[in-house]
Amino acid sequence: MGTIVEQESPAGDGVASPPRPNRTRRAIRERRMRRRSLAIAAFSTAAVAAALVLLVPMAPGWDKVRTVFFNWEVMAKTFPKLLSAFTVDIMIFAWSAPIIAVWGLVIALFRDARSPALFPLRLFAIAYNDIFRGVPVILVIYLIGFGVPGLGLPRPWNSPYLWGTVALVLSYSAYVAEVYRTGIDSIHESQRSAAKSLGLTQADIMRYVILPQAIRRVIPANMNNFISLQKDVALLSFIGPIEVLRQAGVQKSLLANFTPYLGAAIIFLAVTIPATRLADHLIARQNRARS
Amino acid sequence: MATKLQLLNVRKSFGALTVCRDISLTVDQGQMVCLIGASGSGKSTLLRCCNLLEPVDDGQILLDGADITDPEIDPVPIRQRIGMVFQSYNLFPHMTVIENVLLAPRRVFRQSREQLRDGAETLLRRFGLGDRMTHYPDQLSGGQQQRAAIVRALAMKPEIMLFDEITSALDPELVGEVLDAVRELKSEGMTMIMATHEMGFAREAADKVCFLDKGTIVEEAAPEAIFSAPARERTREFLRRVL
Repeated sequence: MGTIVEQESPAGDGVASPPRPNRTRRAIRERRMRRRSLAIAAFSTAAVAAALVLLVPMAPGWDKVRTVFFNWEVMAKTFPKLLSAFTVDIMIFAWSAPIIAVWGLVIALFRDARSPALFPLRLFAIAYNDIFRGVPVILVIYLIGFGVPGLGLPRPWNSPYLWGTVALVLSYSAYVAEVYRTGIDSIHESQRSAAKSLGLTQADIMRYVILPQAIRRVIPANMNNFISLQKDVALLSFIGPIEVLRQAGVQKSLLANFTPYLGAAIIFLAVTIPATRLADHLIARQNRARS
Repeated sequence: MATKLQLLNVRKSFGALTVCRDISLTVDQGQMVCLIGASGSGKSTLLRCCNLLEPVDDGQILLDGADITDPEIDPVPIRQRIGMVFQSYNLFPHMTVIENVLLAPRRVFRQSREQLRDGAETLLRRFGLGDRMTHYPDQLSGGQQQRAAIVRALAMKPEIMLFDEITSALDPELVGEVLDAVRELKSEGMTMIMATHEMGFAREAADKVCFLDKGTIVEEAAPEAIFSAPARERTREFLRRVL
Protein backbone atom coordinates (compact mmCIF):
# COMPACT_ATOMS: atom_id res chain seq x y z
CA MET A 1 0.00 0.00 0.00
CA GLY A 2 1.40 3.39 -0.95
CA THR A 3 2.06 6.05 1.60
CA ILE A 4 1.16 9.00 -0.59
CA VAL A 5 -0.67 11.47 1.58
CA GLU A 6 -3.28 13.95 0.52
CA GLN A 7 -1.62 17.29 -0.06
CA GLU A 8 -2.28 20.08 2.35
CA SER A 9 -4.29 22.90 0.91
CA PRO A 10 -1.93 25.59 -0.41
CA ALA A 11 -4.14 28.34 1.07
CA GLY A 12 -3.23 27.32 4.56
CA ASP A 13 0.12 29.12 4.85
CA GLY A 14 0.79 30.33 8.33
CA VAL A 15 -2.58 29.14 9.62
CA ALA A 16 -2.57 25.78 11.38
CA SER A 17 -4.75 23.63 9.15
CA PRO A 18 -7.19 21.34 10.99
CA PRO A 19 -5.81 17.85 11.50
CA ARG A 20 -7.13 15.60 8.79
CA PRO A 21 -6.86 11.87 8.53
CA ASN A 22 -4.06 10.74 6.26
CA ARG A 23 -5.86 9.09 3.39
CA THR A 24 -4.14 7.37 0.56
CA ARG A 25 -5.28 8.10 -2.97
CA ARG A 26 -6.80 4.66 -3.12
CA ALA A 27 -8.81 5.19 0.07
CA ILE A 28 -10.20 8.45 -1.29
CA ARG A 29 -11.22 6.79 -4.53
CA GLU A 30 -12.81 3.86 -2.73
CA ARG A 31 -14.81 6.23 -0.55
CA ARG A 32 -16.06 8.09 -3.61
CA MET A 33 -17.08 4.83 -5.30
CA ARG A 34 -18.87 3.65 -2.16
CA ARG A 35 -20.90 6.83 -1.98
CA ARG A 36 -21.78 6.60 -5.62
CA SER A 37 -23.03 3.02 -5.43
CA LEU A 38 -25.08 3.88 -2.33
CA ALA A 39 -26.75 6.72 -4.22
CA ILE A 40 -27.51 4.52 -7.21
CA ALA A 41 -28.95 1.75 -5.01
CA ALA A 42 -31.16 4.21 -3.12
CA PHE A 43 -32.46 5.77 -6.30
CA SER A 44 -33.29 2.49 -8.05
CA THR A 45 -34.99 1.08 -4.95
CA ALA A 46 -37.13 4.19 -4.62
CA ALA A 47 -38.07 3.98 -8.30
CA VAL A 48 -39.17 0.34 -8.04
CA ALA A 49 -41.12 0.99 -4.83
CA ALA A 50 -42.89 3.98 -6.38
CA ALA A 51 -43.82 1.94 -9.44
CA LEU A 52 -45.30 -0.82 -7.26
CA VAL A 53 -47.29 1.60 -5.11
CA LEU A 54 -48.62 3.44 -8.14
CA LEU A 55 -49.17 0.56 -10.54
CA VAL A 56 -50.50 -2.32 -8.43
CA PRO A 57 -53.65 -0.40 -7.29
CA MET A 58 -54.39 0.22 -10.98
CA ALA A 59 -54.95 -3.52 -11.48
CA PRO A 60 -58.65 -4.25 -12.04
CA GLY A 61 -58.99 -6.63 -9.08
CA TRP A 62 -57.02 -4.57 -6.56
CA ASP A 63 -59.97 -3.40 -4.49
CA LYS A 64 -61.15 -6.95 -4.00
CA VAL A 65 -57.67 -8.23 -3.18
CA ARG A 66 -57.23 -5.46 -0.66
CA THR A 67 -60.38 -6.32 1.27
CA VAL A 68 -59.76 -10.07 1.11
CA PHE A 69 -56.01 -10.21 1.84
CA PHE A 70 -55.08 -6.92 3.48
CA ASN A 71 -58.05 -6.34 5.71
CA TRP A 72 -56.77 -4.68 8.85
CA GLU A 73 -59.99 -5.16 10.72
CA VAL A 74 -59.80 -8.92 10.21
CA MET A 75 -56.11 -8.85 11.04
CA ALA A 76 -56.70 -7.09 14.34
CA LYS A 77 -59.46 -9.53 15.23
CA THR A 78 -57.62 -12.77 14.34
CA PHE A 79 -53.99 -12.00 15.11
CA PRO A 80 -54.19 -12.78 18.85
CA LYS A 81 -55.82 -16.15 18.05
CA LEU A 82 -53.07 -16.88 15.54
CA LEU A 83 -50.41 -15.97 18.05
CA SER A 84 -51.82 -18.31 20.67
CA ALA A 85 -52.07 -21.09 18.05
CA PHE A 86 -48.43 -20.45 17.22
CA THR A 87 -47.49 -21.64 20.71
CA VAL A 88 -48.51 -25.10 19.49
CA ASP A 89 -45.97 -24.77 16.66
CA ILE A 90 -43.35 -23.71 19.15
CA MET A 91 -44.13 -26.64 21.42
CA ILE A 92 -43.92 -29.18 18.63
CA PHE A 93 -40.66 -27.59 17.47
CA ALA A 94 -39.29 -27.53 21.00
CA TRP A 95 -39.65 -31.24 21.56
CA SER A 96 -38.88 -32.32 18.00
CA ALA A 97 -35.61 -30.39 17.62
CA PRO A 98 -33.62 -32.09 20.43
CA ILE A 99 -34.85 -35.53 19.35
CA ILE A 100 -33.80 -34.77 15.77
CA ALA A 101 -30.39 -33.51 16.92
CA VAL A 102 -29.71 -36.72 18.85
CA TRP A 103 -31.26 -39.23 16.45
CA GLY A 104 -29.54 -37.54 13.49
CA LEU A 105 -26.22 -37.98 15.26
CA VAL A 106 -26.97 -41.65 15.89
CA ILE A 107 -27.74 -42.15 12.18
CA ALA A 108 -24.54 -40.34 11.22
CA LEU A 109 -22.51 -42.61 13.51
CA PHE A 110 -24.23 -45.74 12.15
CA ARG A 111 -23.42 -44.54 8.67
CA ASP A 112 -19.74 -44.19 9.56
CA ALA A 113 -19.51 -47.53 11.35
CA ARG A 114 -16.48 -49.29 9.91
CA SER A 115 -16.37 -52.66 11.60
CA PRO A 116 -17.94 -55.56 9.68
CA ALA A 117 -20.05 -56.60 12.66
CA LEU A 118 -21.79 -53.25 12.50
CA PHE A 119 -22.45 -53.47 8.77
CA PRO A 120 -26.22 -53.93 9.25
CA LEU A 121 -26.33 -50.59 11.07
CA ARG A 122 -24.44 -48.96 8.23
CA LEU A 123 -26.81 -50.45 5.70
CA PHE A 124 -29.77 -49.27 7.78
CA ALA A 125 -28.40 -45.73 7.93
CA ILE A 126 -27.78 -45.60 4.18
CA ALA A 127 -31.31 -46.84 3.43
CA TYR A 128 -32.77 -44.49 6.03
CA ASN A 129 -31.06 -41.44 4.56
CA ASP A 130 -31.98 -42.38 1.01
CA ILE A 131 -35.63 -42.93 1.85
CA PHE A 132 -36.32 -39.97 4.11
CA ARG A 133 -34.39 -37.47 2.07
CA GLY A 134 -36.07 -38.75 -1.07
CA VAL A 135 -39.69 -38.52 0.08
CA PRO A 136 -41.47 -35.16 0.55
CA VAL A 137 -42.00 -34.35 4.23
CA ILE A 138 -45.73 -33.94 3.69
CA LEU A 139 -45.97 -37.49 2.37
CA VAL A 140 -44.23 -38.90 5.41
CA ILE A 141 -46.60 -36.91 7.59
CA TYR A 142 -49.64 -38.25 5.75
CA LEU A 143 -48.46 -41.84 5.74
CA ILE A 144 -47.52 -41.91 9.40
CA GLY A 145 -50.03 -39.40 10.72
CA PHE A 146 -52.99 -41.16 9.15
CA GLY A 147 -51.58 -44.64 8.80
CA VAL A 148 -50.44 -45.47 12.31
CA PRO A 149 -53.51 -44.18 14.21
CA GLY A 150 -55.51 -46.19 11.67
CA LEU A 151 -54.28 -49.28 13.53
CA GLY A 152 -56.89 -48.43 16.12
CA LEU A 153 -54.44 -47.77 18.96
CA PRO A 154 -55.93 -46.54 22.25
CA ARG A 155 -55.30 -43.02 23.55
CA PRO A 156 -52.74 -41.50 23.83
CA TRP A 157 -51.14 -43.66 21.16
CA ASN A 158 -53.38 -42.32 18.42
CA SER A 159 -52.47 -38.68 19.00
CA PRO A 160 -51.65 -36.70 15.84
CA TYR A 161 -49.12 -34.75 17.90
CA LEU A 162 -47.22 -37.94 18.61
CA TRP A 163 -47.24 -39.33 15.06
CA GLY A 164 -46.75 -35.91 13.51
CA THR A 165 -43.67 -35.51 15.64
CA VAL A 166 -42.46 -38.96 14.61
CA ALA A 167 -42.86 -38.00 10.95
CA LEU A 168 -40.92 -34.77 11.39
CA VAL A 169 -38.19 -36.58 13.31
CA LEU A 170 -37.85 -39.26 10.65
CA SER A 171 -37.55 -36.75 7.81
CA TYR A 172 -35.41 -34.13 9.44
CA SER A 173 -32.97 -36.44 11.20
CA ALA A 174 -31.96 -37.74 7.76
CA TYR A 175 -30.95 -34.24 6.69
CA VAL A 176 -29.30 -33.48 10.00
CA ALA A 177 -27.37 -36.76 9.85
CA GLU A 178 -25.86 -35.77 6.50
CA VAL A 179 -24.74 -32.44 7.94
CA TYR A 180 -23.11 -34.19 10.90
CA ARG A 181 -21.36 -36.49 8.49
CA THR A 182 -19.81 -33.65 6.51
CA GLY A 183 -18.66 -32.26 9.86
CA ILE A 184 -17.05 -35.54 10.85
CA ASP A 185 -15.37 -35.82 7.44
CA SER A 186 -14.05 -32.27 7.73
CA ILE A 187 -11.90 -33.01 10.78
CA HIS A 188 -8.33 -33.38 9.55
CA GLU A 189 -6.82 -36.85 9.53
CA SER A 190 -3.94 -35.57 11.68
CA GLN A 191 -6.31 -35.23 14.64
CA ARG A 192 -7.10 -38.92 14.33
CA SER A 193 -3.40 -39.77 14.03
CA ALA A 194 -2.55 -37.81 17.17
CA ALA A 195 -5.37 -39.45 19.12
CA LYS A 196 -4.39 -42.91 17.90
CA SER A 197 -0.76 -42.34 18.79
CA LEU A 198 -1.84 -41.68 22.38
CA GLY A 199 -3.41 -45.14 22.51
CA LEU A 200 -7.05 -44.05 22.51
CA THR A 201 -9.63 -46.52 21.22
CA GLN A 202 -11.70 -45.76 18.11
CA ALA A 203 -14.76 -45.08 20.27
CA ASP A 204 -12.85 -42.65 22.50
CA ILE A 205 -11.34 -40.91 19.49
CA MET A 206 -14.80 -40.33 18.07
CA ARG A 207 -16.32 -39.27 21.36
CA TYR A 208 -13.62 -36.99 22.73
CA VAL A 209 -11.67 -35.78 19.70
CA ILE A 210 -13.73 -35.90 16.50
CA LEU A 211 -17.34 -35.30 17.53
CA PRO A 212 -16.84 -32.24 19.76
CA GLN A 213 -15.04 -30.51 16.90
CA ALA A 214 -17.36 -31.79 14.17
CA ILE A 215 -20.60 -30.85 15.92
CA ARG A 216 -19.36 -27.37 16.68
CA ARG A 217 -18.28 -26.90 13.10
CA VAL A 218 -21.69 -27.76 11.64
CA ILE A 219 -23.83 -25.76 14.05
CA PRO A 220 -24.49 -22.99 11.48
CA ALA A 221 -25.32 -25.49 8.74
CA ASN A 222 -27.64 -27.38 11.05
CA MET A 223 -29.35 -24.15 12.06
CA ASN A 224 -30.63 -23.90 8.50
CA ASN A 225 -32.17 -27.34 8.88
CA PHE A 226 -33.87 -26.31 12.09
CA ILE A 227 -35.19 -23.13 10.50
CA SER A 228 -36.82 -25.30 7.81
CA LEU A 229 -38.18 -27.54 10.54
CA GLN A 230 -39.76 -24.52 12.23
CA LYS A 231 -41.68 -23.81 9.03
CA ASP A 232 -42.56 -27.43 8.32
CA VAL A 233 -44.21 -27.85 11.72
CA ALA A 234 -47.12 -26.10 9.96
CA LEU A 235 -47.53 -29.20 7.77
CA LEU A 236 -48.90 -31.05 10.80
CA SER A 237 -52.04 -28.95 10.38
CA PHE A 238 -53.04 -31.45 7.69
CA ILE A 239 -53.34 -34.27 10.21
CA GLY A 240 -55.13 -32.44 13.01
CA PRO A 241 -53.28 -30.22 15.48
CA ILE A 242 -54.77 -26.71 15.67
CA GLU A 243 -51.54 -24.86 15.11
CA VAL A 244 -51.17 -21.49 13.44
CA LEU A 245 -51.80 -22.54 9.84
CA ARG A 246 -54.85 -24.57 10.83
CA GLN A 247 -56.12 -21.71 12.99
CA ALA A 248 -55.65 -19.33 10.07
CA GLY A 249 -57.71 -21.72 7.94
CA VAL A 250 -60.46 -21.82 10.56
CA GLN A 251 -60.56 -18.02 10.77
CA LYS A 252 -60.55 -17.77 6.99
CA SER A 253 -63.66 -19.93 6.83
CA LEU A 254 -65.41 -18.07 9.64
CA LEU A 255 -64.77 -14.61 8.24
CA ALA A 256 -64.58 -15.49 4.55
CA ASN A 257 -61.32 -13.56 4.37
CA PHE A 258 -57.76 -14.58 3.59
CA THR A 259 -56.06 -12.01 5.81
CA PRO A 260 -55.42 -14.58 8.60
CA TYR A 261 -53.04 -16.37 6.22
CA LEU A 262 -51.09 -13.14 5.87
CA GLY A 263 -51.03 -12.93 9.67
CA ALA A 264 -49.65 -16.46 9.91
CA ALA A 265 -46.97 -15.62 7.35
CA ILE A 266 -45.95 -12.56 9.36
CA ILE A 267 -45.63 -14.67 12.51
CA PHE A 268 -43.39 -17.19 10.72
CA LEU A 269 -41.23 -14.44 9.27
CA ALA A 270 -40.82 -12.85 12.69
CA VAL A 271 -39.08 -16.07 13.77
CA THR A 272 -37.31 -17.23 10.64
CA ILE A 273 -35.73 -13.96 9.49
CA PRO A 274 -33.78 -13.33 12.71
CA ALA A 275 -32.84 -17.01 12.89
CA THR A 276 -31.59 -16.99 9.29
CA ARG A 277 -29.55 -13.86 9.90
CA LEU A 278 -28.01 -15.43 12.99
CA ALA A 279 -27.08 -18.57 11.02
CA ASP A 280 -25.55 -16.46 8.23
CA HIS A 281 -23.62 -14.49 10.81
CA LEU A 282 -22.27 -17.66 12.41
CA ILE A 283 -21.26 -19.07 9.03
CA ALA A 284 -19.49 -15.85 8.09
CA ARG A 285 -17.67 -15.78 11.41
CA GLN A 286 -16.60 -19.39 10.96
CA ASN A 287 -15.30 -18.71 7.45
CA ARG A 288 -13.31 -15.77 8.76
CA ALA A 289 -11.87 -17.85 11.59
CA ARG A 290 -10.76 -20.56 9.19
CA SER A 291 -9.13 -18.29 6.60
CA MET B 1 22.58 -52.14 26.35
CA ALA B 2 19.36 -53.99 25.78
CA THR B 3 17.69 -53.63 22.40
CA LYS B 4 14.48 -51.63 22.75
CA LEU B 5 13.19 -51.49 19.21
CA GLN B 6 14.30 -53.47 16.24
CA LEU B 7 13.21 -53.08 12.62
CA LEU B 8 13.80 -56.06 10.35
CA ASN B 9 13.46 -55.58 6.58
CA VAL B 10 10.50 -53.24 6.95
CA ARG B 11 8.76 -52.51 3.69
CA LYS B 12 5.92 -50.09 3.07
CA SER B 13 4.25 -48.96 -0.15
CA PHE B 14 1.41 -46.59 -0.91
CA GLY B 15 -0.02 -48.01 -4.12
CA ALA B 16 2.78 -48.19 -6.64
CA LEU B 17 5.02 -45.93 -4.57
CA THR B 18 7.44 -47.79 -2.31
CA VAL B 19 8.24 -45.49 0.60
CA CYS B 20 10.31 -47.83 2.77
CA ARG B 21 12.24 -50.71 1.26
CA ASP B 22 13.97 -53.29 3.43
CA ILE B 23 14.75 -51.00 6.31
CA SER B 24 16.54 -52.61 9.24
CA LEU B 25 17.49 -50.64 12.30
CA THR B 26 18.28 -51.34 15.94
CA VAL B 27 17.55 -48.86 18.70
CA ASP B 28 18.96 -49.62 22.14
CA GLN B 29 17.44 -48.70 25.47
CA GLY B 30 18.14 -45.02 26.19
CA GLN B 31 19.52 -44.38 22.74
CA MET B 32 18.71 -41.36 20.63
CA VAL B 33 18.60 -42.12 16.90
CA CYS B 34 18.24 -39.31 14.36
CA LEU B 35 16.87 -39.93 10.88
CA ILE B 36 18.09 -37.44 8.30
CA GLY B 37 17.39 -37.17 4.61
CA ALA B 38 15.45 -35.15 2.07
CA SER B 39 11.68 -34.76 2.22
CA GLY B 40 10.06 -37.87 0.79
CA SER B 41 12.96 -40.12 1.75
CA GLY B 42 10.69 -42.19 4.02
CA LYS B 43 11.55 -40.82 7.48
CA SER B 44 8.00 -39.95 8.49
CA THR B 45 6.53 -43.15 7.14
CA LEU B 46 9.11 -45.16 9.02
CA LEU B 47 8.14 -43.45 12.29
CA ARG B 48 4.44 -43.93 11.58
CA CYS B 49 5.09 -47.63 11.01
CA CYS B 50 6.85 -47.90 14.38
CA ASN B 51 3.71 -46.54 16.02
CA LEU B 52 1.44 -48.77 13.92
CA LEU B 53 -0.22 -45.69 12.46
CA GLU B 54 0.68 -47.31 9.15
CA PRO B 55 0.64 -51.09 8.83
CA VAL B 56 3.87 -52.41 7.33
CA ASP B 57 3.57 -54.47 4.17
CA ASP B 58 6.43 -56.79 4.98
CA GLY B 59 9.15 -57.25 7.58
CA GLN B 60 8.91 -57.03 11.35
CA ILE B 61 9.17 -54.48 14.11
CA LEU B 62 10.14 -55.87 17.51
CA LEU B 63 9.44 -53.97 20.71
CA ASP B 64 11.34 -55.57 23.59
CA GLY B 65 11.75 -58.57 21.34
CA ALA B 66 8.01 -59.00 20.69
CA ASP B 67 6.72 -58.67 17.15
CA ILE B 68 4.30 -55.73 17.11
CA THR B 69 3.65 -55.95 13.37
CA ASP B 70 1.78 -59.23 13.74
CA PRO B 71 -1.50 -58.44 11.95
CA GLU B 72 -3.42 -60.32 14.62
CA ILE B 73 -2.50 -58.08 17.53
CA ASP B 74 -4.45 -55.05 18.73
CA PRO B 75 -2.44 -51.89 17.96
CA VAL B 76 -4.03 -49.81 20.73
CA PRO B 77 -2.03 -51.15 23.71
CA ILE B 78 1.16 -50.97 21.63
CA ARG B 79 0.57 -47.31 20.84
CA GLN B 80 0.09 -46.62 24.53
CA ARG B 81 3.72 -47.63 25.07
CA ILE B 82 5.06 -45.46 22.24
CA GLY B 83 4.77 -41.68 22.29
CA MET B 84 4.71 -39.62 19.12
CA VAL B 85 5.03 -35.92 18.38
CA PHE B 86 4.12 -34.51 14.98
CA GLN B 87 5.39 -31.70 12.78
CA SER B 88 2.09 -29.81 12.99
CA TYR B 89 1.63 -30.33 16.79
CA ASN B 90 -1.87 -31.83 16.28
CA LEU B 91 -3.10 -30.64 19.65
CA PHE B 92 -6.86 -30.98 20.13
CA PRO B 93 -8.04 -27.43 19.46
CA HIS B 94 -11.25 -27.71 21.49
CA MET B 95 -9.44 -28.56 24.72
CA THR B 96 -7.20 -26.55 27.00
CA VAL B 97 -3.56 -27.58 27.33
CA ILE B 98 -4.17 -29.46 30.57
CA GLU B 99 -7.20 -31.25 29.09
CA ASN B 100 -5.08 -32.24 26.08
CA VAL B 101 -2.58 -33.76 28.48
CA LEU B 102 -5.17 -35.48 30.69
CA LEU B 103 -7.41 -37.02 28.03
CA ALA B 104 -5.44 -40.15 27.18
CA PRO B 105 -4.38 -41.03 30.76
CA ARG B 106 -7.96 -40.53 31.95
CA ARG B 107 -9.38 -42.84 29.31
CA VAL B 108 -6.58 -45.42 29.20
CA PHE B 109 -5.59 -45.68 32.87
CA ARG B 110 -9.21 -45.11 33.98
CA GLN B 111 -8.16 -42.52 36.52
CA SER B 112 -9.94 -39.30 37.43
CA ARG B 113 -8.76 -35.79 36.64
CA GLU B 114 -8.06 -35.29 40.35
CA GLN B 115 -5.79 -38.31 40.54
CA LEU B 116 -3.90 -37.26 37.43
CA ARG B 117 -3.81 -33.48 37.77
CA ASP B 118 -0.74 -33.20 40.00
CA GLY B 119 1.38 -35.30 37.72
CA ALA B 120 0.21 -33.45 34.62
CA GLU B 121 0.84 -30.05 36.19
CA THR B 122 4.33 -31.04 37.29
CA LEU B 123 5.11 -32.22 33.79
CA LEU B 124 3.75 -29.02 32.20
CA ARG B 125 5.72 -26.85 34.61
CA ARG B 126 8.90 -28.76 33.85
CA PHE B 127 8.50 -27.91 30.19
CA GLY B 128 7.81 -24.25 30.93
CA LEU B 129 4.05 -24.36 30.46
CA GLY B 130 3.05 -23.72 34.07
CA ASP B 131 1.22 -20.54 33.15
CA ARG B 132 -0.37 -21.91 29.99
CA MET B 133 -2.31 -24.87 31.35
CA THR B 134 -5.78 -23.40 30.94
CA HIS B 135 -5.04 -21.81 27.57
CA TYR B 136 -6.35 -23.19 24.32
CA PRO B 137 -3.81 -24.27 21.68
CA ASP B 138 -4.56 -21.31 19.39
CA GLN B 139 -3.57 -18.96 22.21
CA LEU B 140 -0.04 -20.39 22.31
CA SER B 141 3.06 -19.82 20.23
CA GLY B 142 4.22 -22.64 17.97
CA GLY B 143 7.00 -23.53 20.39
CA GLN B 144 4.61 -23.68 23.31
CA GLN B 145 2.18 -25.81 21.32
CA GLN B 146 4.90 -28.24 20.39
CA ARG B 147 6.12 -28.49 24.00
CA ALA B 148 2.50 -29.12 25.04
CA ALA B 149 2.34 -31.90 22.45
CA ILE B 150 5.51 -33.41 23.91
CA VAL B 151 4.01 -33.29 27.41
CA ARG B 152 0.77 -34.82 26.12
CA ALA B 153 2.75 -37.79 24.79
CA LEU B 154 4.88 -38.05 27.96
CA ALA B 155 1.79 -38.17 30.17
CA MET B 156 1.20 -41.69 28.89
CA LYS B 157 4.61 -42.66 30.37
CA PRO B 158 5.85 -44.03 27.04
CA GLU B 159 8.85 -46.34 26.81
CA ILE B 160 9.99 -44.76 23.60
CA MET B 161 9.35 -41.43 21.88
CA LEU B 162 9.05 -40.78 18.14
CA PHE B 163 9.60 -37.23 16.89
CA ASP B 164 8.48 -36.48 13.35
CA GLU B 165 10.22 -33.26 12.24
CA ILE B 166 8.91 -31.52 15.31
CA THR B 167 10.71 -28.25 14.62
CA SER B 168 9.99 -27.97 10.90
CA ALA B 169 6.83 -25.88 11.31
CA LEU B 170 8.38 -23.50 13.83
CA ASP B 171 9.74 -20.00 13.38
CA PRO B 172 13.54 -20.19 13.70
CA GLU B 173 13.62 -18.39 17.05
CA LEU B 174 11.29 -21.01 18.57
CA VAL B 175 13.27 -24.07 17.47
CA GLY B 176 15.66 -23.86 20.42
CA GLU B 177 13.06 -24.21 23.16
CA VAL B 178 11.65 -27.38 21.59
CA LEU B 179 15.09 -28.92 21.08
CA ASP B 180 15.86 -28.11 24.72
CA ALA B 181 12.85 -30.21 25.67
CA VAL B 182 14.26 -33.11 23.67
CA ARG B 183 17.68 -32.67 25.34
CA GLU B 184 15.96 -32.80 28.70
CA LEU B 185 14.36 -36.13 27.77
CA LYS B 186 17.68 -37.49 26.58
CA SER B 187 19.30 -36.60 29.89
CA GLU B 188 16.64 -38.73 31.59
CA GLY B 189 17.50 -41.70 29.44
CA MET B 190 14.41 -41.73 27.20
CA THR B 191 14.72 -43.91 24.11
CA MET B 192 14.02 -41.73 21.09
CA ILE B 193 13.85 -41.78 17.30
CA MET B 194 13.77 -38.38 15.68
CA ALA B 195 13.31 -37.44 12.04
CA THR B 196 14.87 -34.02 11.69
CA HIS B 197 16.35 -31.39 9.43
CA GLU B 198 18.31 -29.86 12.33
CA MET B 199 21.77 -31.19 11.42
CA GLY B 200 23.50 -29.33 14.23
CA PHE B 201 21.19 -30.90 16.78
CA ALA B 202 21.56 -34.38 15.29
CA ARG B 203 25.32 -34.02 15.44
CA GLU B 204 25.30 -32.85 19.03
CA ALA B 205 22.57 -34.97 20.60
CA ALA B 206 22.23 -38.21 18.63
CA ASP B 207 23.89 -41.47 19.55
CA LYS B 208 23.36 -42.70 16.03
CA VAL B 209 22.42 -41.00 12.77
CA CYS B 210 20.76 -42.71 9.82
CA PHE B 211 20.74 -41.12 6.40
CA LEU B 212 17.71 -42.16 4.38
CA ASP B 213 17.35 -41.79 0.64
CA LYS B 214 14.54 -43.15 -1.54
CA GLY B 215 13.22 -45.35 1.23
CA THR B 216 16.44 -47.05 2.28
CA ILE B 217 18.98 -46.41 4.99
CA VAL B 218 22.03 -45.46 2.93
CA GLU B 219 24.33 -44.92 5.86
CA GLU B 220 24.09 -45.51 9.58
CA ALA B 221 26.86 -44.33 11.90
CA ALA B 222 27.81 -42.28 14.93
CA PRO B 223 27.13 -38.57 14.31
CA GLU B 224 30.78 -37.60 14.20
CA ALA B 225 31.49 -40.22 11.57
CA ILE B 226 28.54 -39.37 9.37
CA PHE B 227 28.99 -35.60 9.50
CA SER B 228 32.78 -35.39 9.23
CA ALA B 229 33.58 -38.42 7.12
CA PRO B 230 30.49 -39.78 5.35
CA ALA B 231 31.29 -43.08 3.71
CA ARG B 232 28.80 -42.91 0.86
CA GLU B 233 28.67 -40.52 -2.04
CA ARG B 234 24.89 -39.95 -1.63
CA THR B 235 25.38 -38.95 2.00
CA ARG B 236 28.17 -36.56 1.05
CA GLU B 237 26.01 -35.01 -1.64
CA PHE B 238 23.05 -34.56 0.74
CA LEU B 239 25.19 -33.01 3.46
CA ARG B 240 26.81 -30.66 0.96
CA ARG B 241 23.37 -29.40 0.03
CA VAL B 242 22.04 -28.88 3.56
CA LEU B 243 25.07 -27.80 5.56
